[in-house]
Order: sequence, then C-alpha cells, then structure tokens
Amino acid sequence: MAKTIVVIGGGVAGMTAASRLADLGEKVILLEREDQTGGHLRQWDRLFPNRRPGYEVLDFLMENLEHKVDVRCNQGISSVSQQPSGFSLELEAGESLPCDALLLATGFDLFDAHKKEEYGYGIYDNVITSADLEMMFRSGQKITTRQGDAPSRVGFVHCVGSRDEKVGNLYCSKVCCVTGVKQAIEIKEQFPGAEVFGFYTDLRMYDRHFEEMYYEAQQKWDINFLRGRVSECAENQDHTIVLKIEDTLTSRPLKMTVDLMVLLVGFVPSPETLRLAAMLGIVVGEDRFLEPVDEHTRSNFTIQPGVFLAGASKGPFSISNAIADAGEAALQIHEYLRTL
Amino acid sequence: MKEFGYKVHKERLIDYDKNDKRVLEHLKKHEPSVLTCIACGSCTATCSAGQFVDFNIRLVQTLLRRGEIEPLKKEVQKCMLCGKCILICPRGVNMRNLILAIQTAIDKLK
Ligand code: SF4
Ligand code: SF4
Ligand code: SF4
Repeated sequence: MAKTIVVIGGGVAGMTAASRLADLGEKVILLEREDQTGGHLRQWDRLFPNRRPGYEVLDFLMENLEHKVDVRCNQGISSVSQQPSGFSLELEAGESLPCDALLLATGFDLFDAHKKEEYGYGIYDNVITSADLEMMFRSGQKITTRQGDAPSRVGFVHCVGSRDEKVGNLYCSKVCCVTGVKQAIEIKEQFPGAEVFGFYTDLRMYDRHFEEMYYEAQQKWDINFLRGRVSECAENQDHTIVLKIEDTLTSRPLKMTVDLMVLLVGFVPSPETLRLAAMLGIVVGEDRFLEPVDEHTRSNFTIQPGVFLAGASKGPFSISNAIADAGEAALQIHEYLRTL
Repeated sequence: MKEFGYKVHKERLIDYDKNDKRVLEHLKKHEPSVLTCIACGSCTATCSAGQFVDFNIRLVQTLLRRGEIEPLKKEVQKCMLCGKCILICPRGVNMRNLILAIQTAIDKLK
C-alpha cells in the first residue's frame, strides 16, 4: 500500500519538501492553516541579497506544488498522536487523517516589537518594524512618515528581540542584519538625499554576497553604520523620534533625531510549533526551537521515528537555507518510508 | 623580547603582557556576568551618572579586561549605583555589583 506523508506548514520549507516528496513518487498531503500557502515569503517585497522580487521565488514554489501535491489550506490541527503504525491527525474540521510519516515545517513567528517598550512600537507614530516597512515597499507606494511626509533621516535598529536576555532570546536571528542593509538601500533608492543609519552591535553578513551588499551600502549609497545598541527613544512634538545610543567607537553617548525608526525584528518559535512538538514528544531546545537528533549529521530527524523537521521551526533560517534543508528532509523521509 | 618595527609612547600603550589581571580575576569569581558583555553600549547610553560627567560604564568593563587598573580607580567612584544600566543590559551583566567588586578588588591590591 502506498505510504502517506503529511507535511505540516505551507511556508517555504513545507512547500519545497512536499513537492520534492511528490517528485520522488510519494503520496503527500500538505496542511496549511492559513487560506493560502507561501508563509512569510508572501510578506516580502524584494529578497536579500540581490533585491529580486519575492514573488519570483513564491511562484516557483507554487508551480512545483501544482498537480502533484494534495494541498489543503485552512486546516487547523486539533491534535496529533502516535498510532501502532504511523500517526493520526485530528483536524479542526472534524476529519481524521492517518499517515506514515510527519514533517513539521511549521516555521516561526516574528518577534512582537511591543515587548521592547523602550522602543515605542505601537506608542510612537514613526516607529515601525522591518516587516511593516517591507509591506510598505510591497504596496508600491512611496514610503512616508505617519504624517505623510517624505523621511529625510531614517534609522534602523538591529537586534530587536534577538541577542537580548531581557526578552528571553539569547540567540541571533541571523537574517535581520542583511534585511536591514537591504532595506536601507531601498530607502536610499527612493530618497537619494535622505540620511540612513544602521545602529548595530555586530554586523553579521554571513552568507555569499552579503558582505558585498554591505560594501555597496557604504560605497554607492552612503549609508552610515553606527556601532551601538539603541537604549531608548522618545517622540518629539512634531512626531520625529529622538533616540539615545552610545557611539561605542568614540565612547560617548549620542543623541539623534530621525523621521522614521525601523526595528529589525527577529525570529521567535511559533506557539503552534511548540504545541505540536509537545503532543509528539519532540525535544525543545533552551532557545525554544525544536532540536533535531544531531544538528550536524541528522538535522532533519527527531527522537521520534517517523517525525521529521525542516526549516525555521529549528531556528532562524534564510529562504535559501530553508529550501536546501527541506530538500534534504524530503530525501530522508523517502528513505525512511522504504524501511517501513 | 622581540621589538616590532615601531615605537609607541609608554603612556599610550596597553602593555597587555605586563598589565595586572588580578582585579579581573577577582571579578570572574565574584561577578562572573562581566564575562558576557558584548560592548553594545546600552548601559553607557542610559547611564544616570554619564549624563553629567565623563563616565563610561561600558568602557570600565573594557579597561578591566585589559588590566588597565589605574583609570579604573577613578572611574568607579563616579557610579551612582542607580541600577538603570542593569535594566537595559541585553546580557544581564550586574553592573552595580561589578562596581562594588572592582572597588573591593582594588582595595585588596593596596
Ligand atoms: S542578524 Fe544582526 S540584527 Fe539580527 S540578531 Fe543577529 S546581529 Fe542582531
Ligand atoms: S548604576 Fe552606575 S553605571 Fe549603572 S546607570 Fe547607574 S550610575 Fe550608571
Ligand atoms: S549593556 Fe551589557 S552587554 Fe551592553 S555594553 Fe553594557 S554591560 Fe556590555
């Protein structure tokens, strides 16, 4: 009898793994709780490092699913349990879905910037997140302040919700640095005369073409990088934001007024991931992301035979990393099904 | 000792080989959170004392690590022990106890 694999989560990792598994001849069902697949990729206008449109990658992933994968959207999962042979998923719609293997591709949430009250998100008009800014780019409208003016000075605040024990997240979110540099360039594309600042503690340009993008940001776009972590900010009467930072390279406190302050929000584990992990007995790390059996050599396996992991339920991932990881997960699952 | 092809005026140089690390060793024992500082400067930006006088709590920690004891002696006197920096530190460094422990360690040197 043909084996069935259920992929939970229709973001980049889930879509990739599902289409790969179908290519390998497996019967695969992709469950997505939103009304369409695509996950966080849908919120992106252009991607780092080359600023290509996000929809190009989205279209590629969508086309790969077509006619091959049984995609079911609006499917919340009430519970999942281990059975004598395989697993059983109880869907919120009432259906019961048996399967032989499970792939958790449930992804991440963005850090809720309200939690860093000292940055005034949701309190001050002109403090926005990188996700908000990306949506503004996507809308095709010119970026303005909440008052409708073109910004003449924009500041990007790094490490919001990451590398911060005060919010319980010690880890680095890996892709917010490069996102900040990309968005800084995009602000300059719209407003060549604007001053753009990045406030950073470390700039983590870890992947191919990232450092070159940083170089381009300095050389071609005259973007300023100021080494220090923003400690607090306040709103002026004219709704500009005044922020405070130590300019650690001169060792002096620095005050600066900006028209728009962008918070580079990081990754957090999604509650849905943790809920499913608890039901399946999957190990959760100290950082609250899911733990594979071995992070180097068996990074798609969990301690539960038949339950596999792919993508950002395991921690911060870029799109290219998620695609590679999900492809590997598909191969591992394919091999596993042969052993049953 | 091998001399490199340049000279630095003695007062300008951090002579890491000769510097006194005893204060740092004391701190590692009594306030080990000092080890985790990432030099982000949040503490300095928010510091109550630093608004009025030339005082940099982030720099105090860097000097401590280098074994630069002389400037430390004067610097630690400037802290008001208000604890604002502790509230903001992303690494959970306990600066108040750090200041007190530096003072204790310096007193011991005498
Ligand atoms: S990628 Fe950069 S901004 Fe994001 S958490 Fe890491 S150091 Fe901070
Ligand atoms: S405790 Fe000392 S170093 Fe910290 S903010 Fe207060 S005065 Fe500054
Ligand atoms: S806030 Fe904490 S981590 Fe940042 S410089 Fe001060 S002591 Fe170091």
